[in-house]
Amino acid sequence: MSDQAKSDPRRNDAQSSAAVAFPADLKFIPIMDNSSGGQALVRSRRGAEGPWRTAWRKLRADRAAIMAFGVLVLITAASLAAPLYARHVAQSDPFATNLNGEIVIDGQIRQVLEPSTEGLGLGFTPLGPTWDFGPYMLGADNQGRDVAARLLYGGRNSLLIAGAAALICLGLATLLGVVSGFFGGLVDTLLSRILDVLWAFPIFLLAISLSIVLITQSITIGPIEIRSGSLWLPTFIIGIVYVPYVARPIRGHVLSLMQAEFVTAAIGIGASPWRILLYDILPNVITRVIVFVPLILALNMMTESSLSFLSIGVQPPDASWGTIIQDGQGLLYSRPIVALAPGLAIVITVLALNILGDGVRDALDPKSSIRVV
Amino acid sequence: MLTALISRLGQMVLVMFGISVVAFLIFFATPGADPSARIAGRNASQETLVQVRHDFGLDRPLPVQYALMMKRLFISRDLTSFVNRGQKVVPTVLEAIPITLSLVLGAAVFWVLGGLIVGVVAGATRGTWLDRTLMILSLIGVSIPVFWLGEVANLVTQSRWHDSWLFSWVPPLGYIPFTEDPWGWFKALVIPWFTLATLYIGLYGRVLRASIIETMQEDFIRTARAKGIGERRVLLHHGLRTSLVAFVTMFGLDFGALVGGGALLTEVVFGLQGVGKLTYGALQTLDLPMILATVIYASFFVVMANFIVDVVFVFIDPRVRDAH
Amino acid sequence: MPTDKPLLVVENLCVSFRTEGGAVPAVSGVSFSLAQREILGVVGESGSGKSQTLLAILGLISSPNAVVTGSVRFLGQELLGLKRRALDAIRGRQIGMIFQDPMTALTPVHTIGDQIIEQIRAHERVSRAAARKRAVDLLDAVGLPSPDSAVDRYPHQLSGGMRQRAVIAMALSCNPALLIADEPTTALDVTVQAQILELIGRLRNEFGSAVILVTHDLGVVAEVADRVLVMYAGRVVEEGGKGQLFREPLHPYAWGLFGSIPPMHGPRPARLTAIPGSPPKLSQMPQGCAFGPRCTFRHEACAAQPALGGAGGHRSACFLPQDGRQDLRRTLAGRAVPA
Repeated sequence: MSDQAKSDPRRNDAQSSAAVAFPADLKFIPIMDNSSGGQALVRSRRGAEGPWRTAWRKLRADRAAIMAFGVLVLITAASLAAPLYARHVAQSDPFATNLNGEIVIDGQIRQVLEPSTEGLGLGFTPLGPTWDFGPYMLGADNQGRDVAARLLYGGRNSLLIAGAAALICLGLATLLGVVSGFFGGLVDTLLSRILDVLWAFPIFLLAISLSIVLITQSITIGPIEIRSGSLWLPTFIIGIVYVPYVARPIRGHVLSLMQAEFVTAAIGIGASPWRILLYDILPNVITRVIVFVPLILALNMMTESSLSFLSIGVQPPDASWGTIIQDGQGLLYSRPIVALAPGLAIVITVLALNILGDGVRDALDPKSSIRVV
Repeated sequence: MLTALISRLGQMVLVMFGISVVAFLIFFATPGADPSARIAGRNASQETLVQVRHDFGLDRPLPVQYALMMKRLFISRDLTSFVNRGQKVVPTVLEAIPITLSLVLGAAVFWVLGGLIVGVVAGATRGTWLDRTLMILSLIGVSIPVFWLGEVANLVTQSRWHDSWLFSWVPPLGYIPFTEDPWGWFKALVIPWFTLATLYIGLYGRVLRASIIETMQEDFIRTARAKGIGERRVLLHHGLRTSLVAFVTMFGLDFGALVGGGALLTEVVFGLQGVGKLTYGALQTLDLPMILATVIYASFFVVMANFIVDVVFVFIDPRVRDAH
Repeated sequence: MPTDKPLLVVENLCVSFRTEGGAVPAVSGVSFSLAQREILGVVGESGSGKSQTLLAILGLISSPNAVVTGSVRFLGQELLGLKRRALDAIRGRQIGMIFQDPMTALTPVHTIGDQIIEQIRAHERVSRAAARKRAVDLLDAVGLPSPDSAVDRYPHQLSGGMRQRAVIAMALSCNPALLIADEPTTALDVTVQAQILELIGRLRNEFGSAVILVTHDLGVVAEVADRVLVMYAGRVVEEGGKGQLFREPLHPYAWGLFGSIPPMHGPRPARLTAIPGSPPKLSQMPQGCAFGPRCTFRHEACAAQPALGGAGGHRSACFLPQDGRQDLRRTLAGRAVPA
């Protein structure tokens, strides 16, 4: 077609012969020298836009996702401010027991642990919430500690563990999935089998088994010694157990990419395997990994709280939202706020992560864009 | 077809073997600690440690230890707890299974019905306020930790509103065997069922909605509409029927995972003496033989459920039937 | 063959889609009518709006972002805006439809027999056994080998050609007065194509159906159609009897189209001409005549939208004067011969 469009003499020829039958004022307009003539005369509405920009534009337009992100930022900021809160608002150490503490409320001196009025009058009931922005805003737990301050410190650990475990999980899973899918052969078979077994292993029991074994004693691997109460233990365990969930789909994605025509074409023009891996495979895998980030974070939050609730996650005196719920279990009927508050914190955080996850998936998954035909 | 079944069975055995090896290695070969101390439990005496070392063959090579362990778990079934002296572990686990099954089966009824209704209604009314409400509720359901939801349920039905007409029928926490009192069994379990099902109703509703919406874009739905059969029939007989494949797969895996220990948190919160509660009790006392037994038995449930899913799959998806 | 009373009258049919970048027109002002037992061929490149036209006729555009306006009257009854129940009484019973890709047109989890029976029983009060008997007969009539066992097969167990026959059998199951076929042969092997075309040609004689046949294959149209509609960028650019239109096409786009296939008679050109450029994107439609940017004969008048005009049932949407167009066309053809 370009042949015809480019050769001027022939077009002149066409015009001159046309002039025989038509009025001379009928001037034909030459076709633009452009391979896509249909679009040549049209202003394009929007300049070419990369996939990242498209995704970012879609995500910004998703009000729910933006709000969820805002909520997450607020929760993170509040958790980071935990020491400030403890010092200036709660005015007590949220990790020290305070069995004989006293506090002035409405001009009255009250004990933090008041003798129980129910039943036989034995035992103590911790102070209920004051609902004032000050000491014991959410009341005390059964050791007289400030629940609100512990909630913020617990949020720190919950977020930290979820985040670090997500890094471990996604890093490991991407590595395994890409190596397995890209190199294939014996490596793939071996890795796939191992992942299969881990996949079939009930995730929760795997986490429990690992926790119970590791938390009973400190372990030493080479120069690194991990204390039994270290936060690293739950982090590692949670980071590892979900690896098959991410690695298997990534391996499948890499396998399908290896079959894609642009990879065949790259092989055809003699690109080196490393080039293909870096320029053709990884950029495509990364979007898939990003879609996983909020979802894995949410999953990690849930798992951490469950393990901590079963007392095989975060170990005392450290706190996490799961351990605070565990603390509150004994006070459930007398001081329900101790268990309710951290639970609500988990629900809000996980809900925000899930909403953000939906938004990120919609933004990065091309399938969700409008199909005209 | 038969050969496919046999090869699948073979695979199942292999995976079970793999799982038992992983569990064994976790408990017996984790670096940095003496397994006999772990097995004997907290503050065990010197004699107990010696006995444990002898009983489990801990001075012999790992494969022998593994074989001994499996023999005691499955053949002689005489593995005993060191924390509760003399308690035979395997029969205890077997006794707890009906309780776990009662809990998970009942919850499964709730969540399959709930998931179907939510998924179909939201998928059919895509983009309306009803769809949006259902999806927000589902997302909230997916985001609530089950143990916390159980505590809230207990707070409401056992304490705060227990004396009101609404929840005065709720019996105290615990399990009532079906053979003793079927109505009591139902009353004791209905709140745990609902608690356990909440997460899955949300999950299944969301997945089914997405699947139905995707299926309803397919060419064959257009063909079905062109046939002049009502939209309800298009939705249920073509859209839903095709989407059910994914639904059944998920169900099998989740059911297996729950029977195999996933229901632990629910059992703990509601005081049901199932396999999960057993594991929890063992966690509190570091009763390793008990944990080992529950973990291995539970994982076998999961693998078995996967196997059953594969078999059922053959019957609901004609494409898979011919792939063999 | 065609009788006087029109079976289907389409007037000023427009289909557009709301998108983030504004409304995108897929079909603009399409009008045509179809007589009983007539076979109408609709040709055009992909994206010319021919499939959307057909889907709009049957109310099958399901996108919530689609806007369909105009009028579609079937035996005097307006189909656009009809209630679902009333529409369902016509779809499948009086109008059958065959789709482009037989691989995806059948529900994978039901046997083809069940799918045909479902359609029969949706429209007629017959027993399952009777419906099944008719399904077998239909499969036999469309030339599916061993229909007795084929009726119980799942779509994935049949080849593409077989599936297309099953789809045709389904479309014919209630003796429709009109059969709409959307590129029924595009996805099939050439040999199977010929068989399916022959089958469609036979339909008129054996079942008395009128047919709208959409295709981008001019050979297909030449074989079976009575009348031809040429579409470009969502509009009808030329309409006429097959003989007339193939002998003396009036629109420069049709010239390009015919120039791009080898002629059946006369000297063989050394080189086939191609239409320069590519069809406009629906979202970036040029001003005035949509074919303008690719047209060798574009002039000032083409900045406006040409209307369909002409005499004797052969009409075109072009500003070139009626007389002497064939001379102009020859200048195009002449250029294909190397100097």
